[in-house]
Amino acid sequence: MLTENKQKNVRNFSIIAHIDHGKSTLADRILEDTKALTQREMKEQFLDAMDLERERGITIKLNAVQLRYQANDGEDYTFHLIDTPGHVDFTYEVSRSLAACEGALLVVDAAQGIEAQTLANVYLALDNDLEIIPVINKIDLPSADVDRVKQEIEDVIGIDADDAILASAKDGVGIDEILERIVSDIPAPEGDPEEPTKALIFDSLYDPYRGVIAYICVKEGSIKVGDQIKMMQTEKTFEVTELGVFKPNPVAKDELTVGDVGFLTASIKNVGDSRVGDTITLANNPADEPLSGYKRLNPMVYCGLFPVDADDYNDLREALERLELNDSSLQYEPETSQALGFGFRCGFLGLLHMEIIQERIEREFNIELITTAPSVIYEVELTDGDVINIENPSLMPEAKNIKEVREPFVRATVMVPNDFVGPVMEICQKKRGNYVDMQYLDENRVNIVYDIPLSEIVYDFFDQLKSQTKGYASFDYELSGYQPSNLVKMDILLNGETIDALSFIVHRDFAFHRGKQIAEKLKKLIPRQQFEVPVQAAIGNKIIARTTIKAMRKNVLSKCYGGDVSRKRKLLEKQKEGKKRMKMVGKVEIPQEAFMSVLEMDDDN
Amino acid sequence: MAQSVYIHIPFCHEICHYCDFAKMYYNRELADAYLDHLHTEMSLYLGSKKLKARTVYIGGGTPTSLNEKQLEKLLKTINEFIDIKEVNEFTIEANPGEFLEEHVNVMTNYGINRVSLGVQVLDNDFLNMLNRNHAVEDVNQTVNLLQRYDLTNISMDFIYALPDQSIEHFKKTLKLALDYNLPHYSAYALQIEPRTVFHLRHQQGKLNKPPEEDEAEMLEMLMDMMEQAGKRHYEISNYADKGFESQHNLAYWNNEEYYAFGAGAHGYLNEERYINLRPVNHYNQSLEKGEKPVLHREPITLKENIEEEMFLGLRKAEGVSDLNFQRKFGVSFYELYKSEITRLKQKGWIKDEHSRISLTRDGLMFGNEVFASFLLDEPSYKRAFRN
Repeated sequence: MLTENKQKNVRNFSIIAHIDHGKSTLADRILEDTKALTQREMKEQFLDAMDLERERGITIKLNAVQLRYQANDGEDYTFHLIDTPGHVDFTYEVSRSLAACEGALLVVDAAQGIEAQTLANVYLALDNDLEIIPVINKIDLPSADVDRVKQEIEDVIGIDADDAILASAKDGVGIDEILERIVSDIPAPEGDPEEPTKALIFDSLYDPYRGVIAYICVKEGSIKVGDQIKMMQTEKTFEVTELGVFKPNPVAKDELTVGDVGFLTASIKNVGDSRVGDTITLANNPADEPLSGYKRLNPMVYCGLFPVDADDYNDLREALERLELNDSSLQYEPETSQALGFGFRCGFLGLLHMEIIQERIEREFNIELITTAPSVIYEVELTDGDVINIENPSLMPEAKNIKEVREPFVRATVMVPNDFVGPVMEICQKKRGNYVDMQYLDENRVNIVYDIPLSEIVYDFFDQLKSQTKGYASFDYELSGYQPSNLVKMDILLNGETIDALSFIVHRDFAFHRGKQIAEKLKKLIPRQQFEVPVQAAIGNKIIARTTIKAMRKNVLSKCYGGDVSRKRKLLEKQKEGKKRMKMVGKVEIPQEAFMSVLEMDDDN
Repeated sequence: MAQSVYIHIPFCHEICHYCDFAKMYYNRELADAYLDHLHTEMSLYLGSKKLKARTVYIGGGTPTSLNEKQLEKLLKTINEFIDIKEVNEFTIEANPGEFLEEHVNVMTNYGINRVSLGVQVLDNDFLNMLNRNHAVEDVNQTVNLLQRYDLTNISMDFIYALPDQSIEHFKKTLKLALDYNLPHYSAYALQIEPRTVFHLRHQQGKLNKPPEEDEAEMLEMLMDMMEQAGKRHYEISNYADKGFESQHNLAYWNNEEYYAFGAGAHGYLNEERYINLRPVNHYNQSLEKGEKPVLHREPITLKENIEEEMFLGLRKAEGVSDLNFQRKFGVSFYELYKSEITRLKQKGWIKDEHSRISLTRDGLMFGNEVFASFLLDEPSYKRAFRN
């Protein structure tokens, strides 16, 4: 049990940084310096546990590690390092993990300065009343400009950067100072161990044997193994079977009390019963009010996920259930497509989120997927006055029944160096954006603000931005509401049949051009079949573009390859495998990529 | 018991822009050393008792890049380990214009009775484009030379669907080729393979391959013209007078085992397919240590053996016989491939006569689709062999 003295020596903090500003490396150094890991155990970038995170160099899942640190004042401190996701799609999860902390290290790249996303997270941290310790990292870089970055921190965030720590996590410079400043600057958690229990769930994952593993931070009171607990949002009760902390390997505990950060299991089988942001209290002595800040997140981007092999449908459902638990922002419901059969329409916070979920399903659950093009939620006012939400383009009512279609807009903030203002504005205009504002942050940097339809953002906006600004632009967005737009549904017909999974919604002014582009694109993507396949794009009954995939004429390997039969076999196996990855729709075999193609619009096409 | 032998000579005077076989520029010292190592390799496999082989095939690379001394050394080695009197068919690949009377003399002295000429196309501009180092005139001379030495069992190799090649152009080459009235012709559609000059050009978008329609038409025309000339289309890419089918290549299509010697050569022995080390220096190093120069071995499972029996056998005009299949595997392919055979028959891609299935002309055009249908899924395979 923690004595009051012990609570005094607890420090809960997280690290805020832009992607590749060195957060993971810094976390590794802190683990190393506090001897949480022996050198041998030390995998590079320990906190990013999943393969996918490692590959993409970003953190998706939150982690909490308990560390022991003997400070220069001679006292032993307990640190909890709570890792936060680093991407724009995960704002809510960042805010919940920050809510578990009293302080944060703000890591800024000494060469690149503050990026828009970092800024967003700093504001979240300030909202949560966190103490911010600025760390200027990568000072070993030749292009490091510490004074400029300090100035920027003061100008943009408005905190004193005079005593910012200069560090190079890569070379281990500045780590000692960081540890000392955590002790001196970040307050100990408040809260009373005698009060009714309040513990914040800031992450959870599923273990097939133990059920839900909730990552919690105890804000008031305490929890013991065997306690009856109650989830304050879902009002479900459970008996605690296991408590523990991560050091970083899990270590069991009998009790977690105020200031402790660790994990809890309670034979929670239902994935929806432990939601990020919910408050755990004791069933027999409940708190009056849950902790503030719980939100059920609203997805912004939708797409259909269908198993390539219809037999995988139940596995896919199970995979989504598991992932939803770990990722409170994922939503899904069953969907049936004439073309693709049974699947799920899933909602995501953004495109990266969508891609990550797809990849995890394919990789961790070994289910091959067909993904339809991402769509947003349209508000459709019908002639009879009803207003319906359409998140699946194929469900758009007939034009004659529609009075008005409204689409979601986002307020997009793009931060770029001066030189790129022109190209950025051009992209925003092309994406049907409305200019809102432009602010100079200093003599070099500009914040450009546009209202842009979300549907234009979902596909390649960020890629275009990066390529047009040589990677200098950073970008953040928030939903800014619905506006009426002149939108129409475009259907795609293959071999005379409408393929519902290929339908999409487009602005009327762009419809003709897009229809043509997509028909051409599909012609390239869909391999020749045994017969000629007409490809048509249509609005209502009107065909606006048409092309033809010619029939296959010859497919036979004539080359001798000497006696290399293995090579022939591989070729045939590849062909057979390729067929498996295709979906038979009517008589036409369609490769997976085709379903995503509708939003992929390279303009040189 | 393997009764066929393949020997690879990886040297060339020019590297063709489409070739991805094991090859390197000819160098006299290297070739000398290589021939010594080939000797070692054969002795590791064959020992002192002479092998009774039905066919021997020297391929490349370019076997005729060797000078006549080296060629003699190679043939002596072969004669040392193989009982040449027993060999029915002893083929050497040769480049037109690349060898002299002395070469031919050596060939006939040591039992070579078949020459496969890498003609490729009968147009000097195109030969140039392929980076072949012979000209059309050389073909004439070479054929005359061989025939003078009674080496009349000659085959010509062609490649079609070349960059910028029209159907008419290929027709011209075919006409010229058939004027020779040789007993055997092979023709392959150009395939762009990684690590070739053509591949590079293809990626840069600088290679103007004829469209699939043209390629298909070239193949149709090829089949028609060969048929008119009385050359039997006995395998997808091969045409011959009766009795002049390549015995060696038929051993491959009949799914038989065969020895392979030389850098990068592919063999099939004791239910194992293997590939030899390449390039030449790796191959040499291994033999200097007295080890078999094998890069990779792949045991062939029963399932794979069955699949290969089908997709190799179906390349032949005569197709695959169920009687043979049953003798080999103890099960009928009609049982094992019931639904596939029905489907392919319905499509008109295979015919089924006298307990033998083979490709129809339509099926031949889509050979890969047919072959891939004979790759077994685990469940159907297990059902058939559960006892």
